[in-house]
Amino acid sequence: MSNWLTPVELEAIALSLRVSLWAIFWSLPLAILCAWLLARCRFPGRSILDAVIHLPLVLPPVAIGYGLLVLLGRNGPLGGWLFDLFGVTLAFTWKGAAIASAVVAFPLIVRAIRLSLESVDERLEAAARTLGASARNVFFTITLPLALPGIIAGAILGFARSLGEFGATITFVSNIPGETRTLPIALYNLTQVPGQEEAAFRLVVISVVVALLALAASEILARRARARVEGRE
Amino acid sequence: MIRVSIRKKLDSFELNAEFEAATDGVTALFGRSGAGKSSIVNMIAGLVAPDSGSIEINGETLFDAARGIDVPPHRRRLGYVFQNSRLFPHYSVRGNLLYGYRRTPAGERAIGLDDVAHVLGISHLLERRTRALSGGERQRVALGRAVLSNPRALLMDEPLASLDAARKFEVLPFIEQLRDRFGIPIVYVSHAMDEIIRLADTLVIVDDGSVAAVGPVEDITSRLDLRPLTGRYEAGSAISATIVGHDDAYALTTLSFPGGELSVPRIDARVGADVRLRVRARDVSLSLTKPENVSEINILKGVVAEIALPAEGTQSAYVDIRVDVGVPLWVRITRRSLDTLALAPGGEVYAAIKSTSIDRQTMGGQKNRDEPTETLSAEEETR
Repeated sequence: MSNWLTPVELEAIALSLRVSLWAIFWSLPLAILCAWLLARCRFPGRSILDAVIHLPLVLPPVAIGYGLLVLLGRNGPLGGWLFDLFGVTLAFTWKGAAIASAVVAFPLIVRAIRLSLESVDERLEAAARTLGASARNVFFTITLPLALPGIIAGAILGFARSLGEFGATITFVSNIPGETRTLPIALYNLTQVPGQEEAAFRLVVISVVVALLALAASEILARRARARVEGRE
Repeated sequence: MIRVSIRKKLDSFELNAEFEAATDGVTALFGRSGAGKSSIVNMIAGLVAPDSGSIEINGETLFDAARGIDVPPHRRRLGYVFQNSRLFPHYSVRGNLLYGYRRTPAGERAIGLDDVAHVLGISHLLERRTRALSGGERQRVALGRAVLSNPRALLMDEPLASLDAARKFEVLPFIEQLRDRFGIPIVYVSHAMDEIIRLADTLVIVDDGSVAAVGPVEDITSRLDLRPLTGRYEAGSAISATIVGHDDAYALTTLSFPGGELSVPRIDARVGADVRLRVRARDVSLSLTKPENVSEINILKGVVAEIALPAEGTQSAYVDIRVDVGVPLWVRITRRSLDTLALAPGGEVYAAIKSTSIDRQTMGGQKNRDEPTETLSAEEETR
């Protein structure tokens, strides 16, 4: 690997993967909760929640990044509180990049999971209830496993969106080598410098390979989950 | 004892059901599709909450609107067998069977996997995925899953309705065996009278969201006023009898019942076993004197108890007559025969039953606990 890739490229790949994995890992539980609320519950404010979740899908990413900077910056209302209490800084760090990615990917993840939760047969859940399973137990042993293909699909979709995230990230956490310079930002950087066409092209190829590997992995996982849910395995 | 007294406003009508039934047998809820049978069972299971009323099983209150009691479904410990087996596709057969068992308190696990799998004939399927099962197998696994949750009672909502006739008679004997072997009270919903005659002890007739009648199966099915609800095609009599002997030379079995003895095609069950027969009204003929030199081997002396003339204005050629031969026996003859024989209540008659006309499909073993009747082969012959 190290013969093929320059240290700068390796750094960008590693950072992109780390940022995207963290983004998905931390947003998945919340996405499942939101998807479940939207799919299965009727409560006042449901359509407002729906709209808020979908907002990042329609807003310009730069606007999201700016909003995050205002909210989570060291002087922002949430960011200041986080720093004072836990000493956590998000702005201009890779953790902030993960948050920007997560926010942008969130609606896609929720949509995929919601669809699969809606397709879970509620009659199976009722059957489990009569067999002695509490509502929570039913969720973890019936609903969640049956929705797994959709959850994997949502996670992969979110992961792919995170890998390509640019606008919100560069606005919120800027372009710091080794800290926030992910693949797309590194690529943008090279396109701005004359004579770096070859290096830029290499990054494009790397992006394509990473994306294809992620899609292949997701396909294998999703197939396995589907076979299990449909009782074929 | 199951006590149900519930009201619920549903989309198309108001459910207002009230009945009591003993819990040492099978209680059948019978009625047309959409009469509210399933709603009643769903409320007993706790899947739907009644607007008002109460539900009690063996002295334990599961629901009481006035006292604010509503035990959640997973704490009611009622096994539910649904029309479409509702097996969990992501579990193996074993995983499905043990789903309820694992959630049963250790002290309540009287019934175990091996026993149930053996009775239901599914021991060889345990490691399979549910998708590979046939309809009959799926329903047997669903039965086993409910029984293995060691429930206080089993609720069955048309468990055979989604099966074709052959599969239905594959599964029915297993329900009988569950009833006989494990002694769990069963509430059985059906709109098929043949299943009910075969399985049930108590019959609850549900009509338009309310209970039209409750009582022993033999009584309810012979009541004329309920005929519009129990169905004209089904017109007939259910008779409980005991096997008193087998005649191997002629392949006949002799049964004893309160009106005397009956000969029927051989039943594979031991002497002393109880069975229930169904005699269709159209398979009985009447004569004023004791018929001789006829092919019917079952001739019973009785008294005309009731004559059910068709309603005014209907153009039926037939009339149903209830003859008391020790038990009520319904006979369907033509109106012309009624006039020719000048039958009237109190008159003495002889009823001739063709032994071959006794409906073997509806002949089931009744609680002979040590030797469950195997009736499968007999049914397949008649199909």
